[in-house]
Amino acid sequence: MGAVVNPRLLRALLPAFSLAVLLAAIFWLQPRTMTYFGLNLLLNLAIPIVLATIAQMFIICVNDLDLSIGSYVSLTACIAATWLNDEPVVGVAALALCVLVYAGLGALIHIRQLPSIVVTLGMSFVWLGVAILVLPTPGGEAPEWLRGLMTWKPEFVPFPIIASVVIAVVVHVGLMWSPYGAVLRGVGGNARAVERAGWSLLKAKVIMYALAGIAGAFAGMALVGLTTSADANIALRYTLLSIAGVILGGGEFVGGRVSPVGAVIGAMTLTLAASFLSFLQLNPDWQIGAQGAILIIVLALRVLINRAEGRR
Amino acid sequence: MSVRAIVAKPWVWSYVAAFAVWLATIAFTGGQGAGGVLTAALTFGTFFALVAIGQMFVITLGPGNVDLSIPATMTLAGTIAMKAMAESDAMIPVGLGLALLTGLCVGILNFGLILLLRIPPIIATLSSSFIVQSTAIWWNRGLRIKPPPALGDFATTNVMGVPVLAVLVIIIAAVMHVVLARTVFGRSVTAIGQNQRAAWLAGVKVERIRFLTYVLCALFSSLCGFLLASFSGGAALNMGQEYLLTSIAVVVIGGTSVAGGFGNVPGLWGASLFLFLLVTMLNTYGLGAGPRLILTGAIIILVIVAASYRRQRE
Repeated sequence: MGAVVNPRLLRALLPAFSLAVLLAAIFWLQPRTMTYFGLNLLLNLAIPIVLATIAQMFIICVNDLDLSIGSYVSLTACIAATWLNDEPVVGVAALALCVLVYAGLGALIHIRQLPSIVVTLGMSFVWLGVAILVLPTPGGEAPEWLRGLMTWKPEFVPFPIIASVVIAVVVHVGLMWSPYGAVLRGVGGNARAVERAGWSLLKAKVIMYALAGIAGAFAGMALVGLTTSADANIALRYTLLSIAGVILGGGEFVGGRVSPVGAVIGAMTLTLAASFLSFLQLNPDWQIGAQGAILIIVLALRVLINRAEGRR
Repeated sequence: MSVRAIVAKPWVWSYVAAFAVWLATIAFTGGQGAGGVLTAALTFGTFFALVAIGQMFVITLGPGNVDLSIPATMTLAGTIAMKAMAESDAMIPVGLGLALLTGLCVGILNFGLILLLRIPPIIATLSSSFIVQSTAIWWNRGLRIKPPPALGDFATTNVMGVPVLAVLVIIIAAVMHVVLARTVFGRSVTAIGQNQRAAWLAGVKVERIRFLTYVLCALFSSLCGFLLASFSGGAALNMGQEYLLTSIAVVVIGGTSVAGGFGNVPGLWGASLFLFLLVTMLNTYGLGAGPRLILTGAIIILVIVAASYRRQRE
């Protein structure tokens, strides 16, 4: 019957629907957030989380998992607040080196067939250690241009929304529409088929890890642009948030089934979930819990949709 | 058992590494504090080993199985127990009971989410950990309640340089070794990790075993939270923080297969001692937190790379 909405469409719309419900609830509770400045404040901190989630999505797309993205973002934030500010050339070189290390990890994991969860676990200690060496005590200063960009107030549409849309569109076009993007996703779906078709699995993994490194570096820079200073522990919780964001956005752990647009929406939903409770004027103690609860609710809805699909 | 058979055990290397690091430390100090370092290693290794036992059973269930709620469970159990006991010796059994009850509830919540939402355990335990951590923050209200005097003394007592807690956890580890190697439950966990479908066809009650494993892991986390809070003079909201990554690191260094199906308990103690002694050694050499973390991470990666070569030979 045409009366029943297509479950597949429903599942694709679920992340956007969750975000819309959350946003509507916040607007209803606090109408002042509906203004330009309200939205700006509400979504500002979403940009680094969105970028970290995109980084995690690249890794999950090839059936791996990155437990180090939080400490990696912390490190790139520390580099951005120190070297990138004092000696831009050194700063850019250091960030490029970080991306190269990420690409190397992809190669190591593929060549030795290592579990990514353990390698990135080890790397999380390494990144954190390097971050402490770069910036032993909290401080540093964001480069002028970075701060200018992150506090930019374009007309009509708040910057966080523009940034999120641009990130979503760029990654979506690159990964979902481009021919090589299909190959990259195929590595997560059926690696052997991709290999038999003559594509290099090694190259694909290296590219995906390098892309994650680039997105993570941007996340660190965006974070410093917002906070103006950094410390070595600044983004440690991004590891868990980014995994949650990818799953919330409709991604799955295996099979290369990810959605860049969904991941961006998932990250924004998690950011809003934290502020939602403060608008409810409930106890701020439950902020983290609210993120957990929203994650569970959305996943439960997905199960219901999948069941409906199974019955048809 | 011949020498060769012992060397072939994956867990031997964690002890070899721990011993080497210990030697390197006391060589630097000229033999001074050799015993004290061991006592400290046993003390702190106890807490690592305790959570790692639970994590090892979970990881042995197979790919995708890992418990991310350990730190939150530790914090909540420690917080609830300390508050309930209110520094009264008479309330110690109640506090212990409440801590274990907390673990039981978190375990049931974790597996409930895995089963009902059909989501990977990593996401289920992640989302439940958010809620558990919030509950701990709300229940604690920033208070730092001391443990009852008798419990605090018990947790910090050493007999001839050996901490009582370490003896307790060594006994627990021995029991869990037998459970893993000799009981139907332990063999079922291993069987599921090797091939879940084959295990199911062979009549293993897969879901029941997985349920018990997640509850077991949460129980060990809550016991660890209870003991750690007693040892360190009260529960703190960040007390479990380092135990998430450490519990996984201990399991891996201890020679348990990350892909599941091959677990072992003795290696957990070796790896716990090794990780603590490594930090001590680097401290003794005067290295700061930065190089220490870098080396810890590098060693975890080296261990897993070395294991991949061993796997290739077999």
